[in-house]
Amino acid sequence: MVKWTEEERQTIRSVWEKVDIDETGPQLIARALIVYPWTERYFGTFGDIFTTSAILTNAKVATHGKVVLRALDRAVKNLDNITETYAALSRLHYEKLKVDPDNFRLLADCITITIACKLKAALNPQVQATWQKFLSAVVEAMNNQYK
Amino acid sequence: MSLTGKDKTVVRAFWDKAAPKAADIGGEALGRMLIAYPQTKTYFSHWSDLSPDSAQVKKHGATIMGAIGDAVAKIDDLTGALSKLSELHAFKLRVDPANFRILAHNLILVLAMYFPNDFTPEVHVSVDKFLQNLALGLAERYR
Repeated sequence: MVKWTEEERQTIRSVWEKVDIDETGPQLIARALIVYPWTERYFGTFGDIFTTSAILTNAKVATHGKVVLRALDRAVKNLDNITETYAALSRLHYEKLKVDPDNFRLLADCITITIACKLKAALNPQVQATWQKFLSAVVEAMNNQYK
Repeated sequence: MSLTGKDKTVVRAFWDKAAPKAADIGGEALGRMLIAYPQTKTYFSHWSDLSPDSAQVKKHGATIMGAIGDAVAKIDDLTGALSKLSELHAFKLRVDPANFRILAHNLILVLAMYFPNDFTPEVHVSVDKFLQNLALGLAERYR
């Protein structure tokens, strides 16, 4: 289990409270689909996700970004329990959705970059390090049920 | 994932915009990498100060960005352009090439911060591909 200092907890919360899920959510999956196009394989039911303009205007893509960020909110609220909090999600992504877990790492990087566009210098090096430590714990929890 | 004509155009155009801030971008990316990925500090034990404000870090970040700018100018033959640097990293510095991806992530992060409106997903993918190809060129002489 990951151990968090009080300072790290505050840092994670202070980054998260600056994130507007309705604003950032739609950008997130869109960025992943554009930058890592092989992720399209997981969104067969989303309709047209094969050109940049289609991705950026696709309502299902936008909605799904918000779904992902709402799940991330649960991790922020359960920092000492991320593995258990995400057990069902991990099983879902493994058994039903069959997602290659390397994509969780790619999505985590997209989350950080999307947030960096918004927070800019407020995401200073130390804050970046703590935020990425948090996302690594989330990615590890998402990997946990892959066995 | 080789660079298309479109990728090269996008990268050149974006680098023109970024060029005036290149030194700052490089210094900041290197500083962030050393903090967020502490294992990378192992390559810089000869520096006295590894903090983001360090003159050594800023100077070296500027050097790296200079080399990347050269590579942009020679984007049609990255392997050739990077041959000497590849030898340096392979035989003298012996940097594990996995770290090129880590630095690339931090460069992308800083570019996104400095140019939030210009660093669209389309620019992001071309720059990501470019940095990946750069890393390949840099690793060419390793074995």
